[in-house]
Amino acid sequence: MVGTKKGAFILTADGKRKDWQVSGPHFAGWEMYHLKGSAVDPNRIYASQSSGWFGQIIQRSDDGGKTWNTPGSSAGELKGPEGMPKGESNKFVYAGEAGTHKWYDGSQHPWEFKRVWHIEPSLTDPDTAYAGVEDAAIFKTTDGGKTWQELPGLRRAKGNLWQPGAGGMAVHTILLDPKNDQRIYVAISAGGAFRTDDGGKTWKPITRGLKSPYELPDPDAEVGHCVHRMTLHPSRPDVLFMQKHWDVLRTDNAGDQWNEVSGNLPTDFGFPIDVHAHEPETIYVVPITSDALHYPPEGKLRVYRSKTGGNEWEPLTKGLPQKDCYVNVLRDAMAVDSLDKSGIYFGTTGGQVYCSADSGDNWMPIVRDLPAVYSVEVQTLP
Amino acid sequence: MIRVVLPFHLRNLARVDGEVELDLAAPVTIGAVLDALEARHPVLRGTIRDHGTLKRRPFVRYFACKEDLSLEPPETQLPDAVASGKEPFLIIGAMAGG
Repeated sequence: MVGTKKGAFILTADGKRKDWQVSGPHFAGWEMYHLKGSAVDPNRIYASQSSGWFGQIIQRSDDGGKTWNTPGSSAGELKGPEGMPKGESNKFVYAGEAGTHKWYDGSQHPWEFKRVWHIEPSLTDPDTAYAGVEDAAIFKTTDGGKTWQELPGLRRAKGNLWQPGAGGMAVHTILLDPKNDQRIYVAISAGGAFRTDDGGKTWKPITRGLKSPYELPDPDAEVGHCVHRMTLHPSRPDVLFMQKHWDVLRTDNAGDQWNEVSGNLPTDFGFPIDVHAHEPETIYVVPITSDALHYPPEGKLRVYRSKTGGNEWEPLTKGLPQKDCYVNVLRDAMAVDSLDKSGIYFGTTGGQVYCSADSGDNWMPIVRDLPAVYSVEVQTLP
Repeated sequence: MIRVVLPFHLRNLARVDGEVELDLAAPVTIGAVLDALEARHPVLRGTIRDHGTLKRRPFVRYFACKEDLSLEPPETQLPDAVASGKEPFLIIGAMAGG
């Protein structure tokens, strides 16, 4: 499932992952930040549809992406004389007083909802999902997306000190601990990384060990670090990997202490980071030249793989363009499948979606000319 | 009967083929038309006006009888030609760049 700047696309193949069918654009012309299916009901897919003109829409499919409706409606109800029953599936209103966060000029600025960046369905209940939004906050639905309520404790974790970066201030990463349903991790660009151990009531920054000397006046600050992405392997949820603005890091104690594992990467700036489906120490990043040059070093699109949980990295290049390539890979645009030989996927701002059916050794483009890719998610269906 | 013309993306969202026709009692104001439109098609809530504040979204405009009514307050009465259905009330996605 591919979210792009101008619609969503669903790419389908059998287990060989060589011959692909492309369906779409779904929601043509809208920005599709993210689509993700439920782990317990693969036919249940949530999608974030948004527009600078018309705001935020949540869409839901209950048949694996064949048909879509705003939650709480059916196609007939949308056209009926009474409209759809509730019409609140698009409503994201901050709990209580919205409050303020830090603004570019140092003043305090009111929280303003802009869009949903990421939807993370529950690991156990298809009607429950979390939404990471801009301006940074986390919302939860327990009725399949008909209504959304904020978990306001997150913004109490020094939210008044968070400040938007150039890409906006959003909760873009939500990781659910498969062994502890009370534990959730989130990450916010120019906000930091946070953890709750009580189901979202209270949150604390988990940034010890992060150093941002080029972005923050206090490089060891508790909040404000520009965390680009975090990931974990479900078998070992206390071990997290992070791609920060600069630096790739890992923690072995649920974020209480981070250590840099950039090792021999040609540059440790980048956006996505992901873990192999069956090898918890095998991780993938896409090095990007710098925060000033959002494209691969030397015009060579290279995924880097570490089989040692970081520090020792190898470039993966077979099938990827090794000259004149100046695309970026955004933070939500990498995914892995759970077939025996885990497939790795990523999409680019140039509209290519690449697939490796052998854990990164060889790559092929599935499509080359989509709109800029915002997100890639994979479902491995029986 | 009031005739409302929606922009392309909102027609698709509401699954409307042509104009939306609304029956409204007088006085026919901008706010009353939008209230009736959203009651008929709740999926449009938040797409034209902000959910909480009901303020017009920045890149949405309201036109009627060759006038831009976007900056008028919601209690503004629409022209007789709109109230009678002779002319439509247009909701426009504003030009924005490029």
